[in-house]
Amino acid sequence: MSSAAVARPVVEPRRETLLPALKSAGLSLLVLAVLWALWEAYKWLGERLELTRPFPVNERTMPHIHDMVGQLFEPSRRNGPLLIDVLLDAAAFTAKEAAAGFLLGAAAGFAIAVVLSESRLLQRGFLPYLVASQTIPILAIAPMVVIWVNPKLPESLAGWGAVAVIAAYLTFFPVTINTLRGLQSADPRAVELMRSYAASRWKILWKLRIPASFPFLFTALKIAAPAAVVGAIIGELPSSIQDGLAGAILNFNQYYITSPESLWATNIIAAALGIIFFVVVALAERLLVRRAPENVA
Amino acid sequence: MSVVAPLPRGTLGARMGRGVVDWIPAAAVLVLGILLWEGLVRALDVQRFLLPAPSAILDTLWEERDLLWSAGIYTFTEAVGGFVIGSALAVLSAIVLARFRSLGRALMPFAIAANAVPIIAFAPITNQWFGPLEKTSKMAIAAILVFFPVMVNMLRGLTSVRPQSIELMRSYASGEIAIFRRVRIPNSLPYLFSALKIATVLAMIGAVVGEYFLSSQEALGFQIRNSAALFQFELAWAAITVASVLGILFYSAVALVERVTMSWHPSSRGE
Amino acid sequence: MSTGAAAVSITGLSKRFERGDVLALERIDLDVQPGEFVSLIGPSGCGKSTLLRIIGDLIRPTDGDVLVNGKSAHRARLDRDYGIVFQDAVLYDWRTVAKNIALPLEMAGWDRKRRETRVGEMVDLVELTGFEKHHPWQLSGGMQQRVSIARALSFSPPLLLMDEPFGALDEMTRERMNNELLRIWQETLSTVVFVTHSIAESVFLSTRVVVMSARPGRIAGVVEVDLPQPRGPETREHPHFAELITEVRRLLRKGHALDAPEEDEETLYVAEEGL
Repeated sequence: MSSAAVARPVVEPRRETLLPALKSAGLSLLVLAVLWALWEAYKWLGERLELTRPFPVNERTMPHIHDMVGQLFEPSRRNGPLLIDVLLDAAAFTAKEAAAGFLLGAAAGFAIAVVLSESRLLQRGFLPYLVASQTIPILAIAPMVVIWVNPKLPESLAGWGAVAVIAAYLTFFPVTINTLRGLQSADPRAVELMRSYAASRWKILWKLRIPASFPFLFTALKIAAPAAVVGAIIGELPSSIQDGLAGAILNFNQYYITSPESLWATNIIAAALGIIFFVVVALAERLLVRRAPENVA
Repeated sequence: MSVVAPLPRGTLGARMGRGVVDWIPAAAVLVLGILLWEGLVRALDVQRFLLPAPSAILDTLWEERDLLWSAGIYTFTEAVGGFVIGSALAVLSAIVLARFRSLGRALMPFAIAANAVPIIAFAPITNQWFGPLEKTSKMAIAAILVFFPVMVNMLRGLTSVRPQSIELMRSYASGEIAIFRRVRIPNSLPYLFSALKIATVLAMIGAVVGEYFLSSQEALGFQIRNSAALFQFELAWAAITVASVLGILFYSAVALVERVTMSWHPSSRGE
Repeated sequence: MSTGAAAVSITGLSKRFERGDVLALERIDLDVQPGEFVSLIGPSGCGKSTLLRIIGDLIRPTDGDVLVNGKSAHRARLDRDYGIVFQDAVLYDWRTVAKNIALPLEMAGWDRKRRETRVGEMVDLVELTGFEKHHPWQLSGGMQQRVSIARALSFSPPLLLMDEPFGALDEMTRERMNNELLRIWQETLSTVVFVTHSIAESVFLSTRVVVMSARPGRIAGVVEVDLPQPRGPETREHPHFAELITEVRRLLRKGHALDAPEEDEETLYVAEEGL
């Protein structure tokens, strides 16, 4: 329990917030540059010394970073569209699945948490299985989910709709766990106050517990958003869906020998997708939720 | 002036008693769930490959126990190996970043970004690095998956110490090392364990998905894919069950170590 | 039991925090004689906690000199010449009461036998016999503070610094702890610098009360508390007690303590010291 500063709200002049922001952006660029330099240095050294541990260092295993980025602007295959166009289309496809799965999973996770929060017994009964559910390898059950769900979907949703379900599977769990903790986090005195107003259980839930859970919900959403992307990719893998990032990964994995940069470039785009999802949720959090400062030593 | 909570009397047995009762609802749900499953599969005549009856899966588990056991162990060692390597590196990195705070602050955004990246997409590359038929390629992807969440959590635990705790140690003229040993590291244990529990699941995912891209035939992931391709769905589901059970055991093992190591913590006192 | 009492000598002390450019303390001059019990009282944000930490070399002053036990504050800290008690007991949950008290002794390299003996003595001193194997969460707030005091005194420092140690306790426990603290002080004979918000507490405990003004903190006045020693519950009924309280209140008013808004010192020194 931190002694959050009882601070009067301060209106900081614009200049004071711009300079530190520029400083940290500059620092981040510096770190990126250092990481790039480390990569190239290890590659250079590894090739000179012909290192084989932990892994052999050569053109195939460690392409130059600028080659990876450069490959994006090359055709993806002979006379074909540019790699970056192919990958952005694939990313958009996967993003669609991930976003749908995220919304579905977050809604489901929240609902489950609300139901569980009302009953200790239900919690004791079902929580272990919720935890266990995440140990089932979704990669293995993905094809089955696809076959089961697809016929039930309208034409426009077929294919990617099932992957959204799989993405939702990875999304709901962190949302449930964190929301549950949030729903239970209301100050007991606040609950007593509500009771003194003869508020019903439902009212207390709606007006106190759910708002109290929002900071926790957003913590979960920041974890769940990238998880939805992972779920979408893993869901696509065994499901013979070519249009998404998993299809691109499988494709360029096949042609790794001839063009290792393409697979690395695919990873870069996939990484960007995950980060974008995270940033969107983090921004939403900034706008929607005020948080007490953490007391950190 | 009364003592707030009595010293826990009695033995493991007394504590076990209360603990066992807690598990009854879960056990009830399990039994009911299995019965329901069995009943529905028979009643609705569900297609075999979607979801065989529990009885069919159990039969196959027994018949193919040798195959499933060795495949399970194979994959499990990949997961455990990756878990150990990734966590060890993560803990060391967190300690270094907590000690050299400015470095930690500079790198934190990158660690958070790395956490958001679908690292699993990197599995084909670790296959290329270490050879797809080797265990090390799967251990590598599992280790990478485990590294970031454990490091971020451990770092958070090392740095969220009350200022007065540090002031107290400074009043004893302690150096940084003593402060780490006596305050920061014990303080970080709850954070570490909560990350390690998640890491067990991530390590298994890493191993199985890594196997999907290409693996030795001895691997569990191979078994699942292969048997599904050959329409041997009971076997596929049996293999999935094995993977799941191993994951649960792994998680529970870490949870048990947590219980034992941190018996002093509020969360294990049932608060 | 004590290794003699320390004197504290503060000359021309000022402290300006970089963050927000706040002048927390301005030209403080204060001499504390060995064996004295001195209270620092003032409104929130007046710098009393900052001053205490400067004496303990946990914050560096911007200007001025601080001598503790005849040495620089820095040297005094390295020589472990003081024990410190905070408002929060800051006990380690993973250690028993005995092990918590033994912490500074472990750090000073005492061998086990010597540690055990001393811990036993301290437990008796703070009247927690029988609770050695308990964990902090099993104790009430007042008991936790007694462990904190025992820990601070375990290596018999000549100086004891206390930052509103009883602030989080209820009135009755607080009065009881005041009596306890005086008893302990009389046994150990160390010098005590005690920060408090409570006028009655400051008068009851101290030989002198130093009243500080609102930020920037200056000394508004010093009240000599010439109530008879040893003090006990009956001291609060002494006619002079009420007079002294009035005098302290007058000085607080003079220092604008009673109309100053609340401002928090902790964020300032936590940020500055990189805690």
